Amino acid sequence: MCAMRPEHEPKRAVSGPSGDQEAVGEDSALERAEASAGKTVLTPEEIRRALSRIAHEILERTHGGEGVVLLGIPTRGVPLARRLAARIGEFEGAPVPCGSLDVTMHRDDLRLRPARALQRTEVPPDGVDGKTVVLVDDVLFSGRTVRAALDALNDLGRPRAVQLAVLVDRGHRELPIRADYVGKNLPTSYREMVRVLLTETDGEDSVLLGERAR
Amino acid sequence: MKRHLISAADLSRSDAVLILDTAAELASVAGRPIRKLPTLRGMTVVNLFYEDSTRTRTSFEAAAKRLSADVINFSAKGSSVAKGESLKDTALTLEAMGADAVVIRHGASGAAHRLAGWVTGSVLNAGDGTHEHPTQALLDAFTMRQRLGGVAQRGNGLDGLRVTIVGDVLHSRVARSNVLLLAVLGAEVMLVAPPTLMPYAVDTWPCKVSYDLDAELRKTDVVMMLRVQQERMSAAYFPTVREYRRRYGLDAGRMALLPDHAIVMHPGPMNRGVEIAAEVADSPRSTIVAQVSNGVIVRMAVLYLLLGGAGEEA
Repeated sequence: MCAMRPEHEPKRAVSGPSGDQEAVGEDSALERAEASAGKTVLTPEEIRRALSRIAHEILERTHGGEGVVLLGIPTRGVPLARRLAARIGEFEGAPVPCGSLDVTMHRDDLRLRPARALQRTEVPPDGVDGKTVVLVDDVLFSGRTVRAALDALNDLGRPRAVQLAVLVDRGHRELPIRADYVGKNLPTSYREMVRVLLTETDGEDSVLLGERAR
Repeated sequence: MKRHLISAADLSRSDAVLILDTAAELASVAGRPIRKLPTLRGMTVVNLFYEDSTRTRTSFEAAAKRLSADVINFSAKGSSVAKGESLKDTALTLEAMGADAVVIRHGASGAAHRLAGWVTGSVLNAGDGTHEHPTQALLDAFTMRQRLGGVAQRGNGLDGLRVTIVGDVLHSRVARSNVLLLAVLGAEVMLVAPPTLMPYAVDTWPCKVSYDLDAELRKTDVVMMLRVQQERMSAAYFPTVREYRRRYGLDAGRMALLPDHAIVMHPGPMNRGVEIAAEVADSPRSTIVAQVSNGVIVRMAVLYLLLGGAGEEA
């Protein structure tokens, strides 16, 4: 329990595939400074447009959002899922159920780092059985977080189909996983890191690309 | 914080709150069709019980199994302990079998601490003599927060909560662990017991002491009744059970003195009719059954946080 971390510390400000960025120190002020010096690849307007487009694409592909459940992967997938749900509600007039899915207990890198605090898992009251679940995350990188999410989802029920929406796809997949809806394809090198900031968690909207320290 | 859980004093406030928050998230797993998580797959948890136990052993076993760990149950009866094997030799045997965690209950205070020096895995104290029982204190704190903590509980301690612990404090490891943990979480603890059952140097504990139960009941949020531990009593601590019951037992009349929101707790096993009357134990105010189900999720949280990560932070 050595690794217990204060509860409300903003986690994973630096985002690889929703936090499984290998060597990126979560707490390093140096790296944060480094990242904040990075260049902006998505502005607030571009993020808004990308989410609107994804919302339309989800509606198109699911024939009007019939039976769709949005599940955000903490930390930043959750506000993204809420925004998408709100957008879909605006476009179609019918609300889409939205929740969160914590994948911590299903990760394959648990033994590589100290035990982490669990995040919220909130499944909409109707559950996921027979639904089209759209997993929502901020950055798609190695694909390991998504694999963990698929496992976690398996324990919750049996969706009719599972799709994946991400704000940024930065490449470097280590598993046979791809996204169905992508905000921006961002070719990166391993040395770079992508940092997603959202108003709900960070006070502002933007996506930054910076060099990883060391 | 270390890789063992020997004493409630090992926990800082942030550690304790993290355990409660983790348990709160794990509570949702209990309501799912598949009540299992893959987190501790391939790990071995040994339950090493030198004293009788129903709740604690089964609770640890259920917790470890829900996290997919393998569980080996070991009780002193019917083992080589009956042939005179020492704790150390038993521990080394278990070590050789590759135990990642040892849950120990032992009649001698300090047994868990000694064991921690002999094995490489984590040691979880499930009660050592009259010393400590930290997971019981954690599940009690979790139950208090669940019942009285209001809506947004995540990240909160138990600040300002008034807790009255009544009965055989002298022999109670539950009381000791609770006092230490509740103080860290910000609760105000009051101990009420016959003078003969108040521990030596209780004035050094982070709590207050009273001998007047009725006065304390009127202003408490939680009353926790302790079992009168006849099996540990080597002398006459009170004249008769009847007299004990009349002065320190919780019956329906006394329960009526409690504020409306107050809850009644008991770590179990109960002596119905001694420290707690049957109608009190079965009343809606009693959290005794909730304490048992919370025991499993709190122990899952502790096992996850001790074993689920990489160990010591560099």
